[in-house]
Amino acid sequence: MASLSRPLNIRVDAKTFPAVADRPAQAVLRGIEITVEPGSFVVITGPSGCGKSTLLNVVAGLDADYQGAVDFGGGDPKLSFMFQTPRLLPWRTVAENIALVLPEASADDPRVTDIIARVDLTEAASAFPERISLGMQRRAALARAFVVEPDILLMDEPFVSLDDPTAESLRGLLRELYARRPTTVLFVTHDRTEAAQLGTRLVRVGGRPAGIVQDEPIRLSTAERGNRDRVLAERARLFAEA
Amino acid sequence: MALDTASKAARYGRVGRGIVGEVLTGRLGWTAFSFLALMALWFVSAALLQSRVFPGPGEVVETLVREAQTGALFHHVLVTLARVTVAFVVAMLIGSAIGIALGASRQADRFFDTWLIFFLNLPALVTIILCYVWFGLTEVAAIVAVAVNKIPNVAVTVREGARSLSRDLTEMAAVYRLGWWKSMRHVTLPQLAPFFAAAARGGLSLVWKIVLVVELLGRSDGVGHQLHVAFQLFDVSMILAYAIAFILVVQAIELGVLQPVEARVNRWRR
Repeated sequence: MASLSRPLNIRVDAKTFPAVADRPAQAVLRGIEITVEPGSFVVITGPSGCGKSTLLNVVAGLDADYQGAVDFGGGDPKLSFMFQTPRLLPWRTVAENIALVLPEASADDPRVTDIIARVDLTEAASAFPERISLGMQRRAALARAFVVEPDILLMDEPFVSLDDPTAESLRGLLRELYARRPTTVLFVTHDRTEAAQLGTRLVRVGGRPAGIVQDEPIRLSTAERGNRDRVLAERARLFAEA
Repeated sequence: MALDTASKAARYGRVGRGIVGEVLTGRLGWTAFSFLALMALWFVSAALLQSRVFPGPGEVVETLVREAQTGALFHHVLVTLARVTVAFVVAMLIGSAIGIALGASRQADRFFDTWLIFFLNLPALVTIILCYVWFGLTEVAAIVAVAVNKIPNVAVTVREGARSLSRDLTEMAAVYRLGWWKSMRHVTLPQLAPFFAAAARGGLSLVWKIVLVVELLGRSDGVGHQLHVAFQLFDVSMILAYAIAFILVVQAIELGVLQPVEARVNRWRR
């Protein structure tokens, strides 16, 4: 159940985007080291464009052009990535999209129908992604991220550009799925309330190139996360000096 | 709710009444009208010219029926169709593989671009003659000649598609470890579908014309060979009869195979 057996260590000594055309090379990240305890929900915040997504790409293995190392504590953990855009295959139905990431599964596999029911997409299961709303596409992407039972779940501003009630219901779904099957999460957001509500630990990055400017636990119990006032109070405490 | 019903109506409208209604009143009506006009023009000019080498539609249809009755028409059309099919499939497979590879690797693209331009501009006739000289007057030589003519076109078209593959989806496939085959089948190839369709469209019409030349130069059956015989006899009616028979066959493939396949492949589009 608990995902990783040993802590995940992310060390990015330096990450530079190479020069393109007349734009000079750009140092993005420097001197970042995060050790993530198994089962923790790490929220990474910082100004937009500071390299948060790049950091996730490094962990996901999508960006290998950096100095440093990502150590999964031995073993070969299963990764899930919920991107900023849903990244569903438009030519596959919702159910087929979710089944695709499972080895040897069809759209009517019980694991697929079960997770679809949990994110309340049963009626849209056989719809093509471009025919459903963005909120529903995001729910499908969330279901896809959880259906593989990941050891590490990477989320890159997954609820951005949704209206408040939709984003709130998605956060609720994420908390339900996470409670049902805890895993190690790295969650990038610039929404401070969202950060306080979801995370067990806050890592704030900033500067150029970006380094870690704040790293501390988020002190909310599971019950308190449902209480908006408690969440806002914790947010105020976390970002007091920011 | 209201919106939902409206969008459903719009969707079903396009699939159901849309195709039948539109085609009958719109496209098909116009096609029939313009076809009849062409026939009339042909009929009138043939009647006016009264030339042995410019037969009217009636005479050509007579020849068509006669050839059909002896079985010669079907034999030669089927032989040609078989060659077209094999050459088309071979050219699509090899051309697509080359196109995908060149779209994926900039280095390979830089290197092979010159080769591609060379083969694109190589006259079909030269390829055909060279294949017959090198491989003899064989079926394999004929197929190779046609395929070599078509492969560069397919490769260039598919390369465009492969260059514009979505990086987002490639990353998704990598993170979820779909593996080579699953990524190819479900992520890459569907993105290339419109380019395959374009290559197939242009391909079919190009391939069958080249097949006729190949047959004329070095085969003893097929529509091209029949045209060769008719040419020696100055039998224009026969030439037109075979040409029309083959145009009909190609149109049938376009309407009966390519378009339904395309419609099915595109059914996810909004």
